[in-house]
Amino acid sequence: MKLSSATVRLIIPAASLALLLVAVFYMQPRAMSYTGLNLLFNLAVPIALATIAQMLIMAVNDLDLSMGTFVSFCACVAATFLQTSPAIGILIFLGAIAVYAAIGVVIHVRELPSIVVTLGMSFVWGGLAVLLLPSPGGVAPGWVRWLMTAKPPVVPVAIVASILIAAITHFVVMRSSFGVAIRGVGGNHRSVERAGWSVIRLRAATYALAGVFAVLSGVALVGLTTSADANIALRYTLLSIAGVILGGGEFVGGKVSPIGAVIGALTLTLAGSFLSFMRISPDWQIGAQGAILVVVLALRLALNRLETREKTR
Amino acid sequence: MNASRLLLAKPWIWSFAATAIVWLVTILFTGVASSLGLSQAALTFAAFSVIVGIGQMFVITLGPGNIDLSVPSTMTLSGTLALKLMDVQDGMILFGLALSVLIGFLVGIGNYALIKLLRIPPIIATLSMSFVVQSTAIWSNRGLRIKPPQSLAEFTTSSLGGIPNIALVALALSLIAWVLLEKSIYGRWISAIGQSTFAARMTGIPVDGTRFVTYILCAVLASVAGYLLASFSGGAALNMGAEYLLMSIAVVVIGGTAVAGGNSNIPGIWGASLFMFLVVSMLNTYGFGAGFRLILTGLIIIAVILLAGGRQSAR
Repeated sequence: MKLSSATVRLIIPAASLALLLVAVFYMQPRAMSYTGLNLLFNLAVPIALATIAQMLIMAVNDLDLSMGTFVSFCACVAATFLQTSPAIGILIFLGAIAVYAAIGVVIHVRELPSIVVTLGMSFVWGGLAVLLLPSPGGVAPGWVRWLMTAKPPVVPVAIVASILIAAITHFVVMRSSFGVAIRGVGGNHRSVERAGWSVIRLRAATYALAGVFAVLSGVALVGLTTSADANIALRYTLLSIAGVILGGGEFVGGKVSPIGAVIGALTLTLAGSFLSFMRISPDWQIGAQGAILVVVLALRLALNRLETREKTR
Repeated sequence: MNASRLLLAKPWIWSFAATAIVWLVTILFTGVASSLGLSQAALTFAAFSVIVGIGQMFVITLGPGNIDLSVPSTMTLSGTLALKLMDVQDGMILFGLALSVLIGFLVGIGNYALIKLLRIPPIIATLSMSFVVQSTAIWSNRGLRIKPPQSLAEFTTSSLGGIPNIALVALALSLIAWVLLEKSIYGRWISAIGQSTFAARMTGIPVDGTRFVTYILCAVLASVAGYLLASFSGGAALNMGAEYLLMSIAVVVIGGTAVAGGNSNIPGIWGASLFMFLVVSMLNTYGFGAGFRLILTGLIIIAVILLAGGRQSAR
């Protein structure tokens, strides 16, 4: 049987997730239940959404360093305006998405490095979040809370949500012509332009779509934590980038994989639980997380080598 | 006419112009009397950003994707361990410095080993490395906050002829970096690699060796900055490097170094570091709250980039 390289790209993240899951089950058999799985993967939903947002930006060869502060900002809006006056909350979210589209346009028109512009934006979102919630507080809207703590039969909500996210984004990014054009901008924007697409519109749409997923991430996060804080999601910037890479994505060339990105986000979340089951002292938890990242990427390298050896044969 | 056009063509001139404007606006509010104090504070705090910024600049010059995210944790680890080794004894100052340089070496070697052996993109490799380094710092930081040796603390907080000692150290390091970059073969090599790694390899430049040295250089500069910062602020703290992650990238880019690599400049780092400090202190003197201060800082960064970037695309 011949495997396409896209499938091989997916096998590695999936295998590492499975390996980690087996290790967790081995150490803590009680985790092998509905509640256990839900607890393990609960926090994965907002991380997966943020990872998808980052993946979209990376598909057009850019990088969003403001992801963490933007998700924090969205969480603050969700815990304040969306709860007290939903209409204003939704308007703010639409405005924020429009700002994301505008960033895409500015980056494209002035040929600016995305790293710097989003670095600047990270201060802006951080400032707005501090203005909204100077101290931790706010309340999650009831329906968000209900959605995130729902108990569907057989499969926990965290897993249902992850599969849904993966399926929808897979369809949009890998199957629709819009998705092909987005990845084309990352691969060779000149040829996309010659094919009659407007690259500036594509980039704006990509950024807006990333904004939508980041907003969803913030809302989902508040649904889990019940209240928000201006610094609630700062680590999402690096987590989302790491998730995309773990899932087989690349920084340039429009090579991304939505399913891989979701699996990458799940792996990163599981790594945290794995370490607490291992009873590693809290001092070394961050370090061990780094080590897991390295091991998974080393596995990927080994499998890639196998793949090229097959080709040369 | 010709001279002014030459000056305007320098990418770093913009960061200095912005710095001068912000300085004037702040002085307008606080009065001329405070100008000396403000300038000294700006030089001191800018010096730390300059030292880490130079290291980051060398790495960014290597080309797209090259960035060192382990800067903050390296600073923390080096500050923590150096103060622990010195243990308030003046005689140990040089050993402390040697230890922090050694830490920089080890982190740099670790970073490049991950990048090269595992072929991990630098951003992820240095991120993983920073997790490990941060953990080591947390583990070793148990117990009381250790003060720096008396004379080292005095050195870092005093000034010579009105210029803070820290700024003089940063100036000396900048001069060395400038010579390395502009006058040495190594500087030519990193620019060549940044412009086209493939072409550089074809011309026989030792690409791997050069990148290896660059990552070590960046980590060593970060750990020296951590050593100085811990001595300056009277002890190491676990979060002392945190703000320098974004700062080190911001000063490099605002200073006019090309993010795509292959083109770097050192004066711009000074301009940008002074600018970043002065913006925050200007917004402070005008009595803005933390939220507005952050928003305005972000908008000003973007405005500077828009101005500087527009100039490039017009060419």
